[in-house]
Amino acid sequence: MEEVEVELLKLIENNANLEVEKIAKLMGKSIDETRELIDKLEKKKVILGYSTLIDWAKVLNEEEVTAMVDVKVTPARDVGFDKVAERIYRFPEVKAVYLMSGTYDLSVSVKGKTMMEIGHFISEKLSALDSVLSTTTHFVLKKYKHDGIILQDADEGDKRIVVSP
Amino acid sequence: MSQISYISKQVADLKPSGIRRFFDLAAQMEDVISLGVGEPDFVTPWNVIEQSFHSLEQGYTSYTENAGMMELRQEISKYLSGSYHLTYDPSDQLIVSVGASQAIDLALRAVIDPGDEVIVVEPSFVAYVPTVRLAGGIPVTVQTEAEDEFKLKPEQIEEAITSKTKAIILCNPNNPTGTLLLQEELEQLAIVIEKHNLLVLSDEIYAELTYDDAYTSFPTVPKMKERTILISGFSKAFAMTGWRLGYAAGPTEIIAAMVKIHQYTMMCAPTMAQHAALEAMKNGRQSVESMFESYKQRRNFIVSSLNEIGLQCPNPGGAFYAFPSIKATGLTSAEFAEQLLQEEQVAVVPGSVFGANGEGYIRCSYATSLKQLDEALNRMKRFVQKRM
Repeated sequence: MEEVEVELLKLIENNANLEVEKIAKLMGKSIDETRELIDKLEKKKVILGYSTLIDWAKVLNEEEVTAMVDVKVTPARDVGFDKVAERIYRFPEVKAVYLMSGTYDLSVSVKGKTMMEIGHFISEKLSALDSVLSTTTHFVLKKYKHDGIILQDADEGDKRIVVSP
Repeated sequence: MSQISYISKQVADLKPSGIRRFFDLAAQMEDVISLGVGEPDFVTPWNVIEQSFHSLEQGYTSYTENAGMMELRQEISKYLSGSYHLTYDPSDQLIVSVGASQAIDLALRAVIDPGDEVIVVEPSFVAYVPTVRLAGGIPVTVQTEAEDEFKLKPEQIEEAITSKTKAIILCNPNNPTGTLLLQEELEQLAIVIEKHNLLVLSDEIYAELTYDDAYTSFPTVPKMKERTILISGFSKAFAMTGWRLGYAAGPTEIIAAMVKIHQYTMMCAPTMAQHAALEAMKNGRQSVESMFESYKQRRNFIVSSLNEIGLQCPNPGGAFYAFPSIKATGLTSAEFAEQLLQEEQVAVVPGSVFGANGEGYIRCSYATSLKQLDEALNRMKRFVQKRM
């Protein structure tokens, strides 16, 4: 991957709504060159989407519950864990699936409106899959940091004096 | 009853910093976007902050050696050797100071006798002229020109030299212009410096922040190491301005003289800050690189935006300042800065505070978030359009 491509990716990683004009200026490139770079990275599926990180805990009536589920599974012949992982990640309730080393096989992040909703999903859909041997569910009580972004209301304002040497 | 002033003539004659005066004005206003700040907008990397807590927990709350912790001096020596192939003996050629500012003060007091002249290249950092005066010296200013990209030419030094000239202060990359002097330009200056046997105070605090061309540390220029006091610190590269930690490297005799003054006036730099700096030196490279990348992008952004607005601005090679011309507005730099602050709540520093040739320019620091920078430039555009 070229250096400019990496530079562009770093720029938009935490700021997906940065306009092309600004990206171009920051990188010292023309707008056309920048647009071309973005297109190329989208086509190569390096850029897969542009998401927004929202602290739903702050939105009235829009709270959600997250659970991290440790799943033990029976791997299938030839495809190992991939097949069962696919069965699981296709569910819209499932936000992330990772193959893990250690005492369980898959770490599954599940989101729902209530604990009850998540409970139903795990007992009726996830545990019911043939290759799933067991599940252990951990509900997230509070989020402090997500994807490198600190969610607390710490005062991160500019503490510098207005004019300094 | 007659009025007696207890203030020394030396201090009474010092003019207050132009920046301070402007700061007082800006401080009274609300919602000011500041491009007037000469320090990183980043907070010190967490591992560095954490290390200072750890050092306190471990009970490191007492003095260190006058010249600074040996371990820190060894790391600084390793850094200078690794980055510039400069060899300084940590035992007697390095001193850890309370910021690079104190290192400048110590260096000048160590070498200046009353009446000695020191060449200061303007536009310059606001502290050089006063610290020369406080050391009993006479500052002789040399004005670099915008058409030379504010680069000092050897003949300018030659013209300023008298029989009393003892030293010259170089700041590379320069605050406030961002001008970077390249190796061959430094070599040309070195010829005159050697010919007239001058001592050089090389302020290299912004050395880590050079964007397009390779950086040359002045003592690496042939025959210059033995006549140069290299001054640097942790403030800019590691975002550690408030920790007040700098250092100087130079010939044994001069460093010994600096340590002598330091031990009577300061004892040593704060211990917890020295521990933090040690961590910064050992494990801080990644933070420096990521901050550097941001500065470079913002430099590109501010320079191209200023030129679009109509404020002619060359591409600065280093530091985190843009120094655009505001001559097209017909205002003086002080008028421009004051009116911009009153009308659009954007703080910039008038170029005139950095010396006579700074008139017609303003210093805009781009060590601020892209969001703030973008908004400040929108406001400046509105302001400039009314006047051009």
